[in-house]
Amino acid sequence: MANEPIIEAQGLTKRFTVKGKTVEAVTDLTFQVERGELVAFLGPNGAGKSTSLRMLTTLIPPTSGTAKVVGYDILNRPADVRARIGYVGQLTSGSFSQRAHDELLSQGAFYGMSKSAAKKRADELVESLDLSGFATRTVQQLSGGQKRRLDIALGLMHAPPLLFLDEPSTGLDPQSRANLWQHILELRRSHGTTVFLTTHYLEEADRYAERVMVMDRGRVIADDTAARLKADLAGDVLTFGFESEADAAAAVPVVQRLAAREVGRDAASITVTASEGDALLPAAVRALDAAGLTVRTATGVPPTLDDVFLALTGRTLREAGEGQSEGEGDAVDAASRDDDAVLTTGVER
Amino acid sequence: MTAQTETRPDTAVRPNAARDTWNVLTRELRPVVRDPFTLIFSLVQPLVFLGLFAPLLVGSSGAPVGETLQWFVPGVLVMIVLFGTGATGSNLQYEMMTGSHERTLVAPLGRSSLLVGRALKEIAPIVVQALVIVLIAWPFGFTINVPGLVIGLALLAVFGIGLGALSYTLALKTKDREWLFWGVQQTLIFPLLILSGMLLPLDEGPAWMRAVSTVNPVNWVVQAERALFAGDLGDITVLWGWVAAVVLAVVGLAVGIRAMRKSS
Repeated sequence: MANEPIIEAQGLTKRFTVKGKTVEAVTDLTFQVERGELVAFLGPNGAGKSTSLRMLTTLIPPTSGTAKVVGYDILNRPADVRARIGYVGQLTSGSFSQRAHDELLSQGAFYGMSKSAAKKRADELVESLDLSGFATRTVQQLSGGQKRRLDIALGLMHAPPLLFLDEPSTGLDPQSRANLWQHILELRRSHGTTVFLTTHYLEEADRYAERVMVMDRGRVIADDTAARLKADLAGDVLTFGFESEADAAAAVPVVQRLAAREVGRDAASITVTASEGDALLPAAVRALDAAGLTVRTATGVPPTLDDVFLALTGRTLREAGEGQSEGEGDAVDAASRDDDAVLTTGVER
Repeated sequence: MTAQTETRPDTAVRPNAARDTWNVLTRELRPVVRDPFTLIFSLVQPLVFLGLFAPLLVGSSGAPVGETLQWFVPGVLVMIVLFGTGATGSNLQYEMMTGSHERTLVAPLGRSSLLVGRALKEIAPIVVQALVIVLIAWPFGFTINVPGLVIGLALLAVFGIGLGALSYTLALKTKDREWLFWGVQQTLIFPLLILSGMLLPLDEGPAWMRAVSTVNPVNWVVQAERALFAGDLGDITVLWGWVAAVVLAVVGLAVGIRAMRKSS
């Protein structure tokens, strides 16, 4: 059991009926997550990230396919799955009329903790998530960042071996976001908690996740470390500037031979995309010097996951998000919180 | 950081209907205990009826104040349940929209407990508010029969559980469409109120109104409460009031649990 993957999804598919049209929000999702991994689902709004998470956390049943989470089937043993996972949804976990500290105690009771254990744990979490001084306020009175930290605390009350986070940092200012990540990373370091999250922030997936699953239109289209994805699918963009167009033209074959890649020229500068740009840059400068061509400027821009997304889909993440947020994406999003999706217009949300 | 004690070995909790219900109930009661004034504040409406409507009844019937209150106060108690508990689904609807309902759905809680715990919580405001109204009416000539009061409060509680469960069902069904919740709620509540003979006797009304009122469970509960507060504990209307309240509670909880199971 200990070596068994903590998540095993097999052909998970979810279809909704929105305005009489059948929309496939998630198609044939198959993957495994090992214990202790930090995995991010990256994709634009409406890509099916939340719907996937909602299936894995037993909130909605898949149309077809199965999954085992922490060793239990999400369809046949939902109670066993629920008892062993933590979940931080997109919205606010605390009830607005409740005091923050009371919600933590209730959460402890829900997961079978004794009163004294829940109290001790709540105090620790309040302290470590910088909620001291706010714990006796009602959730309604908390700021956005405080609410989000309370959400995390609620998800951690029972120290689950697997924590799901749906867009944990959306709506937070950069400082709160960095702070939140510190907590998530610390949690992993001290417990080996498996963390599975969704995000549409590129930098976030890039910087923190060890494994990135890129999702678009309901499908996982890439699954690797951020570094590998970038090296394989995007590469560094190197640009060299010269004194004259003639120099630049003469430089093209030199760099092309070195990089073994297509080199583009624009007036007195040339551009090449290569996977190990940091090493290529000095080598190219030396080779050009040796060929008697003076390099005036040289820049190397490392790739982002957006370049990866562009390479995979032909769209940037932002374009993809905007393209969908007006229509389908939101409707599916709404439908995923809505079993009788027939009635949902998706416009009100 | 010291907060993270070791991940607990697999001592994961299993659903237990009684414990889960109790945990849901105590969570629901926490804001009430923290801020009991909210209970008193929601008494404003019944107090307005007591203070502004009862004198009109006295004026039009010519009966003494005490006698009028004896007839009117049991109806006001049922009104507290109708308006207070009938609207309680909006709290759940708000939690569905803000996200905390989703959190409780992912928690290892029995679906029935999520509904029953909430419905049982309604007993607290009902009993507190009913006692306050009774005590306010007392110095004005309203007589209190203690066994009648106790049985009457129990009847109100059962009625409230049923109505609360139905209100939660409506919230679960209407989801994030607040306007639909209130539309349905208001459409139902006023006919139920008027056709229960709570404010004005139906004896003078047209035959069709009297016919409709006989199938209105709220009417049966009002009549039972009047008999109980008058001390006629063995009156047949008491039995019918209980039948109405128990049937409402059973139906309300059944449809409510079904709706909760489907909730996501």
